[in-house]
Amino acid sequence: MADYTLMAIYDDDDHLVKALKETQAEKYHVEEIYTPFPVHGLDKVMGLPHTRLAINAFLYGVTGLFVAVWMMNFMMIEDWPRNIGGKPSFSYIENMPAFVPIMFEMTVFFAAHLMVITFYMRSKIWPFKKAENPDPRTTDDHFLMEVSATKENIQSIAEFLHGTGAKEVKLKQS
Amino acid sequence: MSHYEAPIRKPLVTGNKTYHDVTVDIARPIEGRANKLWWIVFGIALAAFLWGLGCIIYTVSTGIGVWGLNNTIEWAWDITNFVWWVGIGHAGTLISAVLLLFRQRWRMAVNRSAEAMTIFAVVQAGLFPIIHMGRPWLAYWVLPIPNQFGSLWVNFNSPLLWDVFAISTYLSVSLVFWYTGLLPDFAMIRDRAKLPFQKRIYSILSFGWSGKAKDWQRFEEVSLVLAGLATPLVLSVHTIVSFDFATSVVPGWHSTIFPPYFVAGAIFSGFAMVQTLLIIMRKVSNLEDYITIDHIELMNKVIIVTGGIVGGAYIIEYFIAWYSGSAYEDYTYLSFGAATGPYWWAFWALIFCNMIFPITLWWKSLRRNVMWTFILSIIINIGMWFERFDIIVLCLSKGRTPSTWAMFSPTFVDVGIFIGTIGFFFVLFLLYSRSFPVIAQAEVKSILKLSGDRYKNMRAEHGDDAQIYELPEQEPLEDFERLIEELENKNEEVTDESGNLAQTLILNIGKATQDMADDLKRLSGVNPTLELQLNQLGIYNYNQVINMTEKEYSILNQLISKFPIAKTKFWSGEANILNNN
Repeated sequence: MADYTLMAIYDDDDHLVKALKETQAEKYHVEEIYTPFPVHGLDKVMGLPHTRLAINAFLYGVTGLFVAVWMMNFMMIEDWPRNIGGKPSFSYIENMPAFVPIMFEMTVFFAAHLMVITFYMRSKIWPFKKAENPDPRTTDDHFLMEVSATKENIQSIAEFLHGTGAKEVKLKQS
Repeated sequence: MSHYEAPIRKPLVTGNKTYHDVTVDIARPIEGRANKLWWIVFGIALAAFLWGLGCIIYTVSTGIGVWGLNNTIEWAWDITNFVWWVGIGHAGTLISAVLLLFRQRWRMAVNRSAEAMTIFAVVQAGLFPIIHMGRPWLAYWVLPIPNQFGSLWVNFNSPLLWDVFAISTYLSVSLVFWYTGLLPDFAMIRDRAKLPFQKRIYSILSFGWSGKAKDWQRFEEVSLVLAGLATPLVLSVHTIVSFDFATSVVPGWHSTIFPPYFVAGAIFSGFAMVQTLLIIMRKVSNLEDYITIDHIELMNKVIIVTGGIVGGAYIIEYFIAWYSGSAYEDYTYLSFGAATGPYWWAFWALIFCNMIFPITLWWKSLRRNVMWTFILSIIINIGMWFERFDIIVLCLSKGRTPSTWAMFSPTFVDVGIFIGTIGFFFVLFLLYSRSFPVIAQAEVKSILKLSGDRYKNMRAEHGDDAQIYELPEQEPLEDFERLIEELENKNEEVTDESGNLAQTLILNIGKATQDMADDLKRLSGVNPTLELQLNQLGIYNYNQVINMTEKEYSILNQLISKFPIAKTKFWSGEANILNNN
């Protein structure tokens, strides 16, 4: 059982990835990694599943497109058809060329905003949210790896992490 | 991991920067104080803004009649300014979106400021149609909501309504794109902030960004998808702005070339404005190592391309107006009539500023000349203003009926509102440059090993696959088993509820003596009296403060009267930073 968390702090991304691989080879459980910038390939090494935000964005975009079609069909064709310049509005499909710009804009609007909102909700970030990085240096130039430990093996894991060249190994106190 | 990049590519970050150097350089303008020059420029911008505001109030309270418009020329400065500002607002999203899709790494030094410029410019642009409505409090009539006379809807066939949708989508999506990219950088400022007020503000602004691996994965995906969405969006916006003219029947406006030509012109003017702003900013904020002369040259190349498209379009427009043989095309904005008629000066301003002067950029020495780039960027901005003025005023001034021919002369209100928006723009940009991380430091750090000169030189020296980091000096390992035991004992002791709270406190946070004392007054809410009281309890240094948790704060609250318990949430962070200094 993971009663305790050890924090190993590195000051280089390549070093972190190397240490992460070594830790995984020892079958220790890596809980979380905090980095100051996106370290390329880190998610693959950690075995994080792909994010599905892009699929979400596509679905939101389709929704936006349908909302735009529904809205303009209702307003221009059904509710109050107007004869503009001798071109009566009796059919959506025949009047559609004039509606294309707004169909496009609404698609983008829905896809972009709903995707970003989904991102904020999934990553639990919003105004007044308290930051969770355990060390303020992880937004500057330090990389922090959290490894689970129990009372029995904490010393051996700590020594192992020390052996990977970690700058500091600390106990996370919650 | 190899960070190979072809040696022929010039370094994008110079000055032998490490990750920490990037942090320090980007945080410096925010943490430091504004100099005198900043205040002078800010004062001028604010004065211009206030003058513009006065002119807007005068217009709204008196009526559009205070402008120089007449029966023939019913669009002039206002729409010229509107299109000019929207055009400027195109470079930012182009840099952040299109260049991201093309994997142009140099964008990372300039994208933040270019996006800020975009947003501020679109805000200025949006003001003009709203003021031009005459009754801006009825601006909500452009929204698709049923009105009070029944369900008469807005007209979705009108390009002016497309504009409403396009520009509001553009503004909001650009804002979200910009802000999401800012989160990690605000977090960096937050974690460095020493003053509690700053820490509080940046902690709210950063949305509690922590930099977890999964968050970064999502962050990159969101950036990529937003770039994919913003790329067609940015092209659509100016296309739709050009529809305002192209779908009309005015000679000179009714032109199928308008959409691509407007988009190219927008990018042209947008990049010119980016050059104007960044050449000043890199100097004032000492960012020459990030916005290098190579960046300026690359942007100048974009200006050559888009300026070339614009120049080509001018020639085509001129040729087609002549080739049509239509008498009505004789006095469009690009025609013999325009070049020799009463608006000859506007015509030639356009030709010289947008076609002739930018040719100088074909010379490499001028392309890499900061002073010339700066001067040219202003010339292009003027030229692009004249382009819109020519399209609007020239084409309207001589319509199909000679009896309606008229000239336009602006009043001080026209000029005042324009100057006011320039002032407003600079007020926003100056405030931004002192309170926002002006370079996307997280992104720059992610390419530092690839494109920073420090690491490029290391690879040149030691080979491409050499390990390019040094092992850190390791701190000695603690005895974790003892630590855990202490932790468990501590929990017991607190539940113990003995009368000796002070002893428990010192046991929990560690002993210290007078000779190890730090200046506790630097913590929030600690005055000399409180420091004395803390010292009496045996609390002397920051290490002890770092070790404090809610339990210790509550003990202190019991022991010391008027203890500022609300301030203690800053203590551990502050003590940490002070300790490291």
